[in-house]
Amino acid sequence: FAFGYNSVITKRNKFFLPVFRDLDAQLRAFRDKAAAAMPGSDWSPIELTPGLPPERADVVIVGGGVVGWSIAYWLKMKARVRDGLRVLVVEKDPTYSQASTVLSCGGIRQQFSLKENIMLSLFSAHFMKNINNHLCVVNEDPVDLQFNHSGYLFLASEKSAHIMEENYRTQRYVGAKVALLSPSQLKERFPWMNMEGVALASLGLENEGWFDPWSLLNALRRKAVSMGVYQCFGEVTGFKCAANLAETTDGEVLNVQRIKYVNVRMPNSLEYQPVECAVVVNAAGANSGKIASMLGIGLGPKESVSGVPLPVEPRKRFVYVVHCPDGPGLDTPFLIDYSGVYCRREGLGGNYITGMSPEETEEPDISNLDVDHEFFQEKVWHRLAHRIPAFEQLKVSNAWAGFYDYNTFDQNGIIGLHPLVPNMYFATGFSGHGLQQSPAVGLAVAELILDGGYKTIDLSALDLKRILLQEPILESNIV
Amino acid sequence: MAASLLSQAMKRCSAHTCAAVAVRRALSSGAATPSVYTRFLLKLSHYFYDVENILDWNNWLRSQGVIHKNRFAGQSEWFRPDSRGRFSYDFMSTPDAKIEEVDLSGTLINHNGLENLVKQNKLQTLSLRGCPEVDDWFLARLHVFGESLVELDLSHCSRITVGGLAALQNLRKLERLDISGLPRLQNPGLVRILLEEMLPHCQVSGAEYEQGLIQPDSQEQTEGHHEASTHTGLRHL
Repeated sequence: FAFGYNSVITKRNKFFLPVFRDLDAQLRAFRDKAAAAMPGSDWSPIELTPGLPPERADVVIVGGGVVGWSIAYWLKMKARVRDGLRVLVVEKDPTYSQASTVLSCGGIRQQFSLKENIMLSLFSAHFMKNINNHLCVVNEDPVDLQFNHSGYLFLASEKSAHIMEENYRTQRYVGAKVALLSPSQLKERFPWMNMEGVALASLGLENEGWFDPWSLLNALRRKAVSMGVYQCFGEVTGFKCAANLAETTDGEVLNVQRIKYVNVRMPNSLEYQPVECAVVVNAAGANSGKIASMLGIGLGPKESVSGVPLPVEPRKRFVYVVHCPDGPGLDTPFLIDYSGVYCRREGLGGNYITGMSPEETEEPDISNLDVDHEFFQEKVWHRLAHRIPAFEQLKVSNAWAGFYDYNTFDQNGIIGLHPLVPNMYFATGFSGHGLQQSPAVGLAVAELILDGGYKTIDLSALDLKRILLQEPILESNIV
Repeated sequence: MAASLLSQAMKRCSAHTCAAVAVRRALSSGAATPSVYTRFLLKLSHYFYDVENILDWNNWLRSQGVIHKNRFAGQSEWFRPDSRGRFSYDFMSTPDAKIEEVDLSGTLINHNGLENLVKQNKLQTLSLRGCPEVDDWFLARLHVFGESLVELDLSHCSRITVGGLAALQNLRKLERLDISGLPRLQNPGLVRILLEEMLPHCQVSGAEYEQGLIQPDSQEQTEGHHEASTHTGLRHL
């Protein structure tokens, strides 16, 4: 009400004084009464805070990256009835300034050693092939991912050539189109490369390359929002659960918590909304460990189930953009050397994107996203120049850093339920290949939630229980 | 459905200013402005979810139709259909003959339709002139002809971009490549140079080296345009 309090209290309005005195409380009472009159709907005549999430949702997805929006899209796609399922996606940062999705190099490959990883990538490639059939919205521009079909080229030394041959057999068996090249064939195909130390190479012929992750994220988000997914910018600060005690066969008593409310706090504010929900999906990427610890996962005694934390932590990785006018041309694949250095072409003007994963013992500090240029000078450059001699003269024009949601246990995705929290699904820990597997992972989690099991791709090998049983499944082709 | 059309709530999302998919199809087939019917449908789809769903289904059915045509369209290897559109099946009497040249110009073929052709490992010439559904994913699938394909005609395929042309590196025997009339190539001259570098034995036609370069004689008149065009040229790299 625009007019001031005092101007209202004239002799004539003394009659109405009690009404204005308790205005705040009366407005709140009016709002609650109006909400109670229509118990099924959450329409309210007065909107107090803009951007507040709805009070009730069926599925709350924590994390608005490409995995989170892919799950939201597939959930709505499988539940064909409009408003049959209320999905809410909660994202902490509206600018996506630290999100792993948009800071990624955007590559997709099928050259993995684990067949589940190969199948996930293959499905995602087929999804992107027909992306306008899936994600086209009426009255909007068609989706353009700017996909470069140059393929990945993995180089192997003498020691690891046999691993590459075994991986090649697995990849061919699952259906990926890969070719093995000998050093002489490599020399003839890519004359700009130095063959020293290379025993074998494997080149992806189809469905491999790189694309724009921001376009994929926005396409998924636009289609999901058009199907009725709620989007909220806020931070999940806690959960309200109902606890039950359960006893294992060994006699150990476990505290099983079922999530009833998710507390979503508004940005730059102390105000929070408890969202009542049935299912929560943890797709928070590098922050998934923090979300899991809010439920007490990992905070129990060391020998019990609740003492095993979610082994996902943020790991900082640097990406450098270099300019080299004499560098390799249009046929440059996404080159990955056996020393760990990777390099790919960016555009047509002689720019390249390069980087390397640091050693386990020399992980950079994760409190910020500052770039360490010394790392390029000391570790990356000489390895890069050894492999591609033209890169002895280059100029670093840009660099950035992003987080991997690194699975410290076995560097593969974690998908499934935790025994202590029966309604939280995890879809995290992809250690650098979350973007390329996101459409397939979204479908898998949607099938888990709505159908109770996997229908398209069987990902039981990536279930969370392998963490608790201490049975790692190792992937040998991590970059 | 009709009743719900009238009782459906207004849409929450704000009006979009991009052209509709339906409008684009009408425009691409040569109509000058969209018909009153199309415009009315679009206006309705702004306000009602049901109409939006119907238009969605239409687009999906159309894309399914394209996939359907690809599965059953036969190879037209100089066995052309006669004036009544019927095929003569004489070539079926020589089932072991290898097909060497395929002309698919103007057809609706897309990457699914290549299923019919992948067995032909002696294919030497492939003409895709003016095929609207040939895109980068189609080019990536052409690697199966890496040992035999000698001539490829990609002119006037509106969906091809540089990302797809990079996939042609697997066609090592290619000698003639035609890339004229590709609207999504911003720098045709530069692309020609890069393709010739990538495939040393190949003659690339359809793009002149001067395309995309600023002409020196027009510099005085178009000083302002010069700034704008180099800026956009760099941005697209």
